[in-house]
Amino acid sequence: MSSTTPTGPPPVPPSKPILSTPGSYMSSFQSGHTATIHSINKTHDKPAIAARPIPPPTVPKYSSSFGKIDRERNEFGGNKIDRLEREKEGIGGSYRLASLDRLANRQRLLEQNNGLGQVDAKNNGVIDNNNGQNGGNLNSGLQSKREMFFKGEAQVSPQGPPPQPPLINSSSIQNNINEKNHINTNGTHTNNTVQNSINKLIMKEKEANELNHHQDSNKLATERQEKEKQQAIVRPKVKELDGYVGFANLPNQVYRKAVKKGFEFTLMVVGESGLGKSTLINSMFLSDIYNQEQHPGPSFRAKKTVAVETTKVLLRENGVNLTLTIVDTPGFGDAVDNSNCWTPIIDFVESKYEEYLTAESRVHRKAISDSRVHLCLYFIAPSGHGLKQLDIEFMQRLHDKVNVIPVIAKADTLTPEEMQQFKKQVLNEIAQNKIKIYDFPEPLEDEEEAKALRQLRTRVPFAVVGSNTVIEVEGRKVRGRKYPYGVVEVENLDHCDFIALRNMVVRTHLQDLKDVTNNVHYENYRCRKLAGLGNDGKTKLSNKNPLAQMEEEKREHDSKMKKMEAEMEQVFEMKVKEKKQKLKDSELELTRRHEERKKALELQIRELEERRKAFEQEKAEWEQQNNVTLEELRRKSLEANSKETMDGKEKKKEKKKGLF
Amino acid sequence: MTEVDILNKLENHLRNMKLSGHVGFDSLPDQLVNKSVQNGFVFNILCISETGLGKSTLMDSLFNTNFESTPSPHTLPSVKLKAQTFELQESNVRLKLTIVDTVGYGDQINKDDSFKSLVDYIDQQYEAYLQEELKIKRSLSSYHDSRIHACLYFICPTGHGLKSLDLVCMKKLDTKVNIIPIIAKADTISKTELQKFKAKINEELQANGVQIYHFPTDDETVAEQNNTMNSHIPFAVVGSTEFVKLGSKMIRARQYPWGIVQVEDPSHCDFVKLREMLIRTNMEDMREKTHTRHYELYRQKRLEQMGFTDVDSENKPVSFQQTFEAKRSNHLAELQAKEDEVRQMFVVRVKEKESELKESEKELHAKFEKLKKDHAEEKRKLEEARKKLEEEFVEFNRRKTQFSSSHTLTLGKNKKK
Repeated sequence: MSSTTPTGPPPVPPSKPILSTPGSYMSSFQSGHTATIHSINKTHDKPAIAARPIPPPTVPKYSSSFGKIDRERNEFGGNKIDRLEREKEGIGGSYRLASLDRLANRQRLLEQNNGLGQVDAKNNGVIDNNNGQNGGNLNSGLQSKREMFFKGEAQVSPQGPPPQPPLINSSSIQNNINEKNHINTNGTHTNNTVQNSINKLIMKEKEANELNHHQDSNKLATERQEKEKQQAIVRPKVKELDGYVGFANLPNQVYRKAVKKGFEFTLMVVGESGLGKSTLINSMFLSDIYNQEQHPGPSFRAKKTVAVETTKVLLRENGVNLTLTIVDTPGFGDAVDNSNCWTPIIDFVESKYEEYLTAESRVHRKAISDSRVHLCLYFIAPSGHGLKQLDIEFMQRLHDKVNVIPVIAKADTLTPEEMQQFKKQVLNEIAQNKIKIYDFPEPLEDEEEAKALRQLRTRVPFAVVGSNTVIEVEGRKVRGRKYPYGVVEVENLDHCDFIALRNMVVRTHLQDLKDVTNNVHYENYRCRKLAGLGNDGKTKLSNKNPLAQMEEEKREHDSKMKKMEAEMEQVFEMKVKEKKQKLKDSELELTRRHEERKKALELQIRELEERRKAFEQEKAEWEQQNNVTLEELRRKSLEANSKETMDGKEKKKEKKKGLF
Repeated sequence: MTEVDILNKLENHLRNMKLSGHVGFDSLPDQLVNKSVQNGFVFNILCISETGLGKSTLMDSLFNTNFESTPSPHTLPSVKLKAQTFELQESNVRLKLTIVDTVGYGDQINKDDSFKSLVDYIDQQYEAYLQEELKIKRSLSSYHDSRIHACLYFICPTGHGLKSLDLVCMKKLDTKVNIIPIIAKADTISKTELQKFKAKINEELQANGVQIYHFPTDDETVAEQNNTMNSHIPFAVVGSTEFVKLGSKMIRARQYPWGIVQVEDPSHCDFVKLREMLIRTNMEDMREKTHTRHYELYRQKRLEQMGFTDVDSENKPVSFQQTFEAKRSNHLAELQAKEDEVRQMFVVRVKEKESELKESEKELHAKFEKLKKDHAEEKRKLEEARKKLEEEFVEFNRRKTQFSSSHTLTLGKNKKK
């Protein structure tokens, strides 16, 4: 046995640590070793867990969530047939019951077969799904991985365990299934279901070997897996786990919470009166939400202005609660002048956003109930002549505020050819007017289911027929409309697109509609609303929260102020400097002038002094010459004057007299 | 089909409707789960433990992997936090796991500030989320949530109850984060000791009013299990990175001369319980509690601090926008006021300087005026002196002529004398 040689890779491809697609996940659990993690009576199998070798010691009661995952695979990535089957059954519950029975059965087998049986039992339970899935399993991403496994196995095949007789207690069905596993997990790239029958005999021996191996070395599974994992280095970025950790259970935890919380959905129907809005709603949710006697559709009441009316109902299906709010707009397009008849509708949509925004931005928040309009079904009259002006106007105004899906009402008035033409025209006009209707996301996986989805997608705009009555056709009871020339079945894709609409809206994209509403339309609304606040009408949108922006503005302003101050300071400095310079200049000038004057004065003084000196000298010389001092002379003359003054005075008097 | 509640004709009354067939909205949880699986999950764990209690080993054991953590120094002056993010994948579920480790917790002599860096870190993560939430253009759906969802508090297996540091720290954190206390290295305590130790710890936690995380019992599918698990808190765990071969199986265990402690054996320690509760059953609940309780509390405090209220002074409800608008106008007014102030100050300064300059100009003028005056005075003096000189000169000349004319006479006179 390879398990005894530590280096030899095990013959059984292990459950891989990294599995990204449902397909691979199926294959992994088929090959894996089941742990008794579920309580029998409640659970379907949860493959991710089942594939893990380490049994958790406690037995958690994870409720029905495991089954959900499985079913979800069927819905999204897996089997179409299964769903149709379920539809035929009419009630999902019966499906569920059936799966529970299978589970119980599986558990019994599991106990009998110890380990090996688990695998089988699981397959037993999901066999009907596998066929559909195997084809899609082998998408390219996985192939390489499988090839790797394959090679790994091929290398060591000589060391592989010797053939052993097949186990007797495994039933032929189990064998068959195991074979399928084997092929699948060994990395066969061709369609399983085809190869299955061909390979049956060839593989039988090896298979038995495998089975035996399972039983014998059940305990060694862990070890083997670890070894295998060492080989299977898939993504270096992702940390590898040695064995089951358990966070693969997170989706179940989410599921539990979601179911407990329940769901809310708001659907708005807009269209002229008499296009069958109420009937379609009834048909879509298979219940009399509008009922002529007790709950007449709004249009049965005498109101002729555009109003917006809501009807709230609680629906329950398989334990899932849905609070459905239908928003009707009676009177839309009924008036003579229909300009602005969309205003009340826009107001309604925005008021719901506003409500949500207010609730969301409260300081003390409570659980916010989501009453935003998640989807607007717009009813187009089956005129065969394209859209009316009102249709275009309305959709143009609403398409960036809410998810709009146009539907062609009362589609039983157009022949398929006419319908084809009409649809084309409608889509053209929508494109021409740049209307963005809700775009169903492209399915990711290239599987059968995705193909089916893609096909449904091409039916936009859905041409629908609604009916409140159930008619018996060839022994079947169907919702339909009976005409003298035949019965229009609502739930028949050949007759109309009702199923496409319901499946796309309710079964596959309800959550996406909610997410788009929340992440796109609501965010846009919030953005518009708050941007008006934050930017004072400026169109520049910063990627900041308004408060942070305020802080930033403050900082900006501060720096602006500083800059301004600095500038002013600079100017100021300059001015002061200038002024000072001027002062200095004038001082200098003044000083200069002063100096000049002073110099001139000094010069004069000096000159004067010189002259004085010269004069003194002359005087002295003269005095010396004449041996007389001026003083003496002055004295003498004074003496003489005293005598002469009288004469002089008299003389003057005489002179004066003489003048006259 | 017609079991409609006939009496409720009111438009907005919630009617219970029966479906007449399979509508298909029971796939809603699946749609939701599908989306969340597509987006991947985020979980952030904070491990608070004194050095050497086996944080890294336990994390490795919990997630069955090797996070390749390196031992950290023990001589840091303060508590540091080290965050590492890993991408894990199990079946198709991707998990972005962030493990935040304390480095040097409890190593200081003075441990007064030990919890501070923890609180700061947790608040920072909340703040980052809040900032994102308040943005105008936000992308919460793609935002990497770094808020701490679970806090594992490692208790030293002393057997004597909690240290005061433990109590102080947990008390500080219990309104901010989901605390799960665990007894580390539980293989050093015997079964009976453990019972006593757990009781002691619970008693002490209760006495100090520390609110640890209790596993939710409001969901009937897990209520029973969570309830029994709640009575086992604090879990006593043993971690190991070693594998021991037991029988034909390799198991995580610690080998002692007296026996093997198996990590995943529920009779040896509570490791499995911890893993079950932390990862397999209540991970989502912890994420939710973090968002709806702890983050909400933080947000509330922060917004109040920023000045937001739900009701104004007259008890009328105020919307966020109103508050914001008020704040905004305040803010603008403030900015304006600041600008005005700056201008005002500048004007004052200019005026001051102006007057100063004027003063100095005046001074200058005065000085020169004085100089001028002095000059004039001097000039006048000079003029006077000149005049005097001139006068003297004239007098002299006069005298001279007088003298020369009268010289002979005078001489004669003198001779006469």
